[in-house]
Amino acid sequence: MSQRQITFEVLRYNPEADSAPWIQTYSVPCEEEWVILDAINYIKDHLDSTLSYRWSCHMAVCGSCGMTVNGEPTLSCKAFLRDYKGSKIRVEPLTHFPVERDLVVVLDDFMEKLQSVKPYLMPKTEKPVEEGEYKQTPRQLKNYKQYTMCINCMLCYAACPQYALNPEFIGPAALALTHRYNLDSRDAGRSERQEVVAQHEGVWECSFVGACSEVCPKDVDPAGAIQQMKIASTVDWHLEHLMPWRRK
Amino acid sequence: MAKSNKPIVWGLFAAGGTVSAFVIPVMILITGLLVPLGVFGSEAMSYDRMTAFAGNWLVKVILFGVLTLTLWHAAHRLRVTAHDFGLRNDGPIAIAVYGLAGLFTAVALFALLSI
Ligand code: SF4
Ligand code: FES
Repeated sequence: MSQRQITFEVLRYNPEADSAPWIQTYSVPCEEEWVILDAINYIKDHLDSTLSYRWSCHMAVCGSCGMTVNGEPTLSCKAFLRDYKGSKIRVEPLTHFPVERDLVVVLDDFMEKLQSVKPYLMPKTEKPVEEGEYKQTPRQLKNYKQYTMCINCMLCYAACPQYALNPEFIGPAALALTHRYNLDSRDAGRSERQEVVAQHEGVWECSFVGACSEVCPKDVDPAGAIQQMKIASTVDWHLEHLMPWRRK
Repeated sequence: MAKSNKPIVWGLFAAGGTVSAFVIPVMILITGLLVPLGVFGSEAMSYDRMTAFAGNWLVKVILFGVLTLTLWHAAHRLRVTAHDFGLRNDGPIAIAVYGLAGLFTAVALFALLSI
């Protein structure tokens, strides 16, 4: 095991005491196989117990440890130190969200958006439990499985330039999850979700920069989901306006 | 909030993007490089040959599609690029770019119909 001394420049902000965010540096003796989160935990345990940040699973499952590392939205438990050359690493909270304290951001906006797209199964008719489960073929599962991998880490929002320009934008992860339920053979809720998806602030705010898919730690490809929904919404629009008798 | 009407222009944009990606590079290669270099002979795109070519109805339809869809693609791309650069007066920009695309769509239509 080899050790490397790395200087961490960490953004600190306590709204009750600080007038503005500031940078504190810590020198951390890092093991080569550590991830960024290990170093942050080291700071918390050995150097400065006042540092606030979120984490839980340490295995890219819970989605709570997103941070901006050297300017990139990063899942800190999945970012290995060996991939960072040099002796300095800067750690800041996720961009485009208000800072609650240090590396902790306020999630409310994302949570509201997530709820607005009804990310749950809405079957045509609710089956009584006695009638057994809703069955699905492996192929039907494969249709949407990729979009179930989202861990709500919000890296995609931090990477999205459109979300930065217009915070009303529903945004990548919420739209990818909409797509996940729309594509599920057990679901019949698409037309309800379209009320949100087909607005300006839904898929149409996206200009396909693709940064969300680049930073996504779970290969969800939200940008792809949004483009597929644009195509479907365009077909809807033409059916609704050019064939009004089809309107429900 | 109401559903957006963006699908009208986005549909043209998407179709135009596909056309631009598949057809325009080879069109540029042929009309911009190979023909001027004389690869297909000096008469390859002479006035007489081209009017006869564009006189065919199927060719007219294809030319109209390729020309106008690319225009609408470019128009929407410019609008979005302006937005990406932080220009937020979207209304006038949209009118300008789509107005130009509409104008040249009409020009293409008249030009093709008059051949
Ligand atoms: S889509 Fe990817 S980047 Fe966005 S919240 Fe889900 S897992 Fe994170
Ligand atoms: S700690 Fe759970 S995803 Fe990083």
